[in-house]
Parts: sequence; C-alpha cells; structure tokens
Amino acid sequence: MDKMPKWADVALVPVVSLIIAALISAIVFVAVGQNPWEALKLMAYGAVGTSDFLGYTLFYATNFIFTGLAVAVAFHASLFNIGGEGQVLLGGLGAAIVVLFVPLPHWTLALIAGATAAAVFGALWVAIPAYLQARRGSHIVITTIMFNFMASGVLIYMLSGPLKPDGNMQIATAIFPEASHLPSLNDIARLFGSDLFGRSPVNISILIALLACVAVWALIWHTRLGYQIRALGRSESAAKYAGISAVNITMIALLISGGLAGMMAVNNTMGINTPQLVDNAAGGAGFIGIAVALMGRNHPVGIIIAALLFGALYQGGAELSAATSIPVQIVVVIQALVIMFTGALDEMVRAPIEKLFIRFGRSRAAGE
Amino acid sequence: MSDIAPAIELVGISKAFGPVQANKDISIRVMPGTIHGIIGENGAGKSTLMSILYGFYKADAGEIFIAGQKTQIPDSQAAIAAGIGMVFQHFKLVQNFSVLENVVLGAEDGALLRPSLAKARKQLKSLAEEYELHVNPDAIIEDLGVGMQQRVEILKALYRKADILILDEPTGVLTPPEADQLFRILGRLKAEGKTIILITHKLREIMDITDTVSVMRRGEMDSTVKTSETNPADLAERMVGRKVLLRVDKTPAKPKDVVLEVRDLNITDEKGVHRLKGVSFNVRAGEILGIAGVSGNGQSELLEVLGGYEKATGEILMNGVPLDLTGAHSDGQSRRARGIAHVPEDRQHDGLIMDFSAWENTAFGYHHDPEYQINALLMDNAAILRDAKEKMDRFDVRPANPLLSAKNFSGGNQQKIVVAREIERDPDLLLVGQPTRGVDIGAIEFIHQQIVALRDAGKAILLVSVELDEIMGLSDRIAVMFDGKIMGERLPENTNEKELGLLMAGVTDGESA
Repeated sequence: MDKMPKWADVALVPVVSLIIAALISAIVFVAVGQNPWEALKLMAYGAVGTSDFLGYTLFYATNFIFTGLAVAVAFHASLFNIGGEGQVLLGGLGAAIVVLFVPLPHWTLALIAGATAAAVFGALWVAIPAYLQARRGSHIVITTIMFNFMASGVLIYMLSGPLKPDGNMQIATAIFPEASHLPSLNDIARLFGSDLFGRSPVNISILIALLACVAVWALIWHTRLGYQIRALGRSESAAKYAGISAVNITMIALLISGGLAGMMAVNNTMGINTPQLVDNAAGGAGFIGIAVALMGRNHPVGIIIAALLFGALYQGGAELSAATSIPVQIVVVIQALVIMFTGALDEMVRAPIEKLFIRFGRSRAAGE
Repeated sequence: MSDIAPAIELVGISKAFGPVQANKDISIRVMPGTIHGIIGENGAGKSTLMSILYGFYKADAGEIFIAGQKTQIPDSQAAIAAGIGMVFQHFKLVQNFSVLENVVLGAEDGALLRPSLAKARKQLKSLAEEYELHVNPDAIIEDLGVGMQQRVEILKALYRKADILILDEPTGVLTPPEADQLFRILGRLKAEGKTIILITHKLREIMDITDTVSVMRRGEMDSTVKTSETNPADLAERMVGRKVLLRVDKTPAKPKDVVLEVRDLNITDEKGVHRLKGVSFNVRAGEILGIAGVSGNGQSELLEVLGGYEKATGEILMNGVPLDLTGAHSDGQSRRARGIAHVPEDRQHDGLIMDFSAWENTAFGYHHDPEYQINALLMDNAAILRDAKEKMDRFDVRPANPLLSAKNFSGGNQQKIVVAREIERDPDLLLVGQPTRGVDIGAIEFIHQQIVALRDAGKAILLVSVELDEIMGLSDRIAVMFDGKIMGERLPENTNEKELGLLMAGVTDGESA
C-alpha cells in the first residue's frame, strides 16, 4: 500500500521543502539586516527579470540538467557518482582539444565532435573508479571524489602548460576558432526579430540537454539495458539470479553517467560568449547535479524542473549580491539551504507529510 | 470462566487501508495462561490485527482490553508497557552485537551501559533458569543459529516484562528440530502463566500446541474453536472457505530419458568450507526428484550452481551436453538458454525485485526474450504488460493488477508470479526451491498442482524443500542431503518420515541398524 499519492510524492514534498528553505533564508536575511521580501523580489528579478537574466538562468539550468542526469543514471544502479565535477572538467578538456586541434568548418560539426569528445573524456575519467567499484568493490563515492581533485590538477597542468597559448596570462586555453562557435538562443530568436535572451550565453546546447533527457528516459524505462540497470540497483542478489552481470552493468551505468557529465562542456566551454576552457569551468555544477537529481526524483522531467529552479537560484543569487550590499556568502548560504532541504533532508519533510496522509486517509475511511 | 478477565480482549476492531478493509469488526478473547492460535491465509488480516495490538497501526474502530482494563495502544512503547511482547518473523537483532547488548538495546536504564548490562546479565540468568531459555549472553548474534536468535527475541520480550507474547510465523525459518524446541519453550512459558498468541498458517503447529484457535478469513473473524474440538481438514476449510485437498493428487510418474545428470559436484567457498562434497544424481523427464534435508546442508548451493550463480567443479550434463560451471557461460542467462527454469528458494531476495511492478517482474530473467522487444534497442513494455496480465489471470494472482509493485502482493501471490514466469517458459528442467515457504494453503495446493502438471507434460523437476510433508507428497524419488553429501535415495512409497529424518541427521543405514 503506497503511503501517499504520487502527486504528493513528486510535487508536494519538494514544494514544502522549498518553503521551509525560504523561511529559514528569510531568518538569515533578517539577521544580516535585510528585508527578506525585498531580497526575494530582487532574486526573482535577477533570475527572470530581463532577457539577459532569463538567458543566464537557462544557461545554468542547462549545466545542471547534464550533471543531474549523470547522477540519476548512476543512481538507478544504486551507484552514487559524486565525481560529476571532475568529469565535467575532463569533458571540457576533451571538447577543447578536439575543437582547437581539429579543423571543423561548421558549428554543427563542432557540436557533434565536441559533444562526442566531451562525453568520451567524461566517461574515461569515471572508468577507473567504475572498474575499481565493479571489480574490487572500492567505494565509488570515495574514488570519484578523489578523482575530482585529480581532475582539477590535470586541468590546471594542461591549461598552464600544453594548452596555454603564447602570451596569455590567464589560466585558460586559446579562444576556440570562430567556425566552432555555437549559436546562442538569442541568435536564433533574432531570426524571428526577437531579443528574448539578450547577451546571455544560453545556446543551442540546451536542446542537446533536452535531447539527453529524452534519451535517458528511454534508456532507463524502455531499454533492456535500463531494465538491467534498475534491476541491479534494486536488488543485486536478484540480478545475479536473473543472470545480469553486476560488473558489466556497473561499468556501463557509470560510463554513461560520466559521459553525461562530460557533455556539460558543450554548454559551459563551447557555448559561452568567449568559447574557451578555463580552470574553474565546472563551477560546482557537478555537486549541484546531486541536489537536482535528488529533488527531481531521478526522473528526467523532475530533473528539468529542478535544474530550472537551481538555475534561477544561481543566477538570481548572483544578481542579488551584485545589486545589494548582501555579501555573496549569504547567497551561497541560501543556495546551500535549498540544496539541504530539497536534497539531503528530503526524508525529514517526507515523513511528516506521509503521516498526515495516513491520518487523513484513516479519518476519511472511518467517516465512510 | 467468566470470573477471570481475558488477558486480551479485542472488541469490534476495524482497519482499512484505502479501499482495502484489512480487518472488519473483529472481536477475540484470549484467556490468560493459554496458547491461542490465529490462523488464516496470507492477506486474511492476521498481521494487521497483531500490528494494531502492538501499536504499529491505529484501528479505525474498536476497543482493546488488557486484563479487563480498556487500554489505548498508540505505539509499541505503550504495548510493551501493557505487557505485550512481539517476536517478529524477521528478527530485529543487531547482528554484530552480543546477546546481552541486544537484550538491553532500547531498555537501558541510563546513559551508562555497564549497570544496565550487569543487571541484564543477572536477569537473563534467572530467565534462563525459569523458562529453560539458555543462551550464552556474550555470544555475538551473527554466530548464532536461527533458533538461538529467536530465543534472544523471546528473551528480549521477557526482559521487558511481557506477560503476553505474540509470535508471528515463528517456525517459518526454523528446521523441524528447532521448531520442536521452540514449542517446548512455549509450553514452558504457558506453564509459568504467560499468554501466547501464535500466528501461523501451518495447521500441524496449531493442532500440536494451541489450546484455542481463531480462524481469520478475508479480514473477518470466521470462528474461534477449542483445538481439541477441531481437526486439520476442518480448519483448512474454515480458512479457505471451501474444501481443500491437503494431499497432493497425482498419478504414478512415467520417467523417460535422463534430462539432468550431476556427477561428482564439489563447491568450496571462499572460507575454504566444502559446501558440496561429490554430489551425484540424475533427474529424468517426467519425474520429480525431491531433495530433503535440514536447510544449510548444501541444497541452496546445489540450486545456485544449477541456476547459474555459483561456481563449482565436477560435471553437469543437461540433455547429455555438459554445462559450463565456471566460465563465461555459467551465468543465469546461459542456463535459461539451455532450458533450465528456476523458482528460487528466496523469492523476495532473488526471484523478484520487490520494487518492480508485477509486469516488470514477469520479464525478469527473460528480459532478452525476442517476444519482449520492439527492436534491437527498445523493450516492448506493452507486450510484457499483456503477457503479465495473461499469466496473472491463468495463475489466479490476486489482485490481478500487473501495475502493482511485487511488494504489495501477499507471499502466496508473489510466489504465483514467480511460478507462472518460470513454468510457462516450458523448461526441460524446473528447479524449485521451497516452493511453498510462507505461502497460504489455497496457493500451496495450486502451486503443487502446477508442478505436477509440468511433470505430467514430460518435464524434469528438481524439488528442494525443508518441509518433509512436501517432499513426501510431491516427489517420485527422494534424495536426502546432509553436510554437502547425498546420504541416500528412497522411493516415497518405501520410506517414512522417521527413516528420512535419520538420513537428514546424517545417520546412514549401517549406523542405524
């Protein structure tokens, strides 16, 4: 017997979590001497108030869709890939190498080649932790987080050495060739005479992200591989009985996960206004992906909604600290509160709501 | 009798889960110092009723009287305070704690453990003497056998001053000798004035040990009778609501060619323990070979090797062709391709994915079947759903809703989902482990009929069961396993429980003579 209806599970619980996070945020604002209502309005304005702001929200959301999907795919196999951050960096490296060194005459080719290289690099970066998990039982959480640090080191080495253009002070690659620049959504909107997304970097890769959502949905619920991933994730002993190879499925699920994280590079490296790979390219998206997947219940539709929310929070928060004297740290606190309540403390909110439903259901049954 | 207040009296208890009425206006009186059996099929509402008594659920209507006092039991703390102790079917013990620590857990006197442990040690000693419940207080739970772990659960309840003990399917995990021991303990507890409620679906236990028995059916209390005034056939009929065949109805087997031949099979596990020691036997088409034995004597490993999830040395011929025992083709998929279907011993752990819906479980293990695919990439969920619905109809799975999760079905109906999936593959060889463990009487009858029907269709069947009745009733030939070896083979018509029991205990013909 399910404890509560599905709508409450997928919608009510996250909304209540958000409200609690908002209330505590309000206390934080009051504590630093700000009017919480004004701050909320400023944040909302900062997220969707202008074309630029809206575009940035969507840009960040695109990042979070990729990393959210990455976490979700691994999670269906009961594997917690928290190495999204490192896989994103390596994905960026793959995309940068291909775009910088392979002449690609048109952005469509660059998109395909860059996305493929990013996915392959992201997947390869998780391959070692995946192998250690599948064959040796080394815990994926430990290994992937260690690999995040290594990825960061590898990237800085590459950006300050082999990939460093002459005469550049910045730790970054050269700007990618003109032909590989991806069209921004505003470029497309302009074809219809609109300036909907302003100067924001939101670009064609948001469509890739949405396609990835469809692909993940089909993979998980409509393919044999997805069936085996879910079966292994729910019961390893049953999977063994059914002849599902835990080693193979663990490897494959993690490679797909790493590939999805790596593909984020298409957006944050190839899709930005000055396309180049910088040292902090991931910007925490790998970790936010965990919260996005948790809040989105590991379902692509949920992930899209959660990614939009976190995109708005990220962008709105940045505007808030830019427009007021509210320190940027407070904005980080707000983001952390939302992550904490929608992700980590999910069960704390869920349990009382379940209880309410059980009690409500009982009193209704008694009344009949 | 009317001047003694009942130890427990439930009046007009009702409880609904959504549209399902799990308990409907149930009244029952349990007299102190008696063993009161509650019997009914899975899903009859026994567990719900006991959960209400133990404070896990709150009844929609009705009253609870403990020793004549009207009592509210909002949670299990209140139940413990009212002197009710519960021994669950699945033990709630911390595996790496000692017996003493488990007994004290949740009933510590203060922040410091030492005084509580010292007190508990003394009390355990006196409880052990009083009720003959001897357990080493310093033993670690995971080192204890199932029977001993159950004693610890009983001790936990007694330590909390329980006067009323509820035992939920206590013999489900026990071997016959362990069950006998448990019953001796229960008899002792009763003699000391404790009241015992025994929830079970095994008629023999009811007949052997209870004073009074209440029969539940479909959420209602059918009847309460004195055990001495009833018999198994009568109880079965009350439980199911119709006449039930307690014996398996089958004609003599007509064995044909050897389908499965096992030669000198050996398994050594990672700790170096020999699980199988040179096991050899064969199974012919059109016969049921029953493997009897106390659980843990190698039967599980044997099934796992045949089912493709345990490695072994030796030789297994399937229709005359060797099976891969260690290599790339020793997995479950390869076994299925060779015509071996497997109803595993533990359906909740192995046979089903409890969080998957019934239809998803219908494809489990057969997810590569071309019938279930649209093309090379996509699975045909609609086809699986259709197939599941048909199988559930044919096997009378209730509720016949393939969208429900496996965990929402009763044990018997879960087993029917597994049996339907495996039997309808029309395998050359069916492996069946504990086919009716935790399954209600109506479903047992049905599952046995299905197994016999498959035999009559000329298939080979290897049956492993710890229930001697089941082995005797179903098998055409019986092999007894003990300590990883086959102790001997018997024909059911030429043997009896006593002889098999001796073989199960490792006593061979020469020694017993």
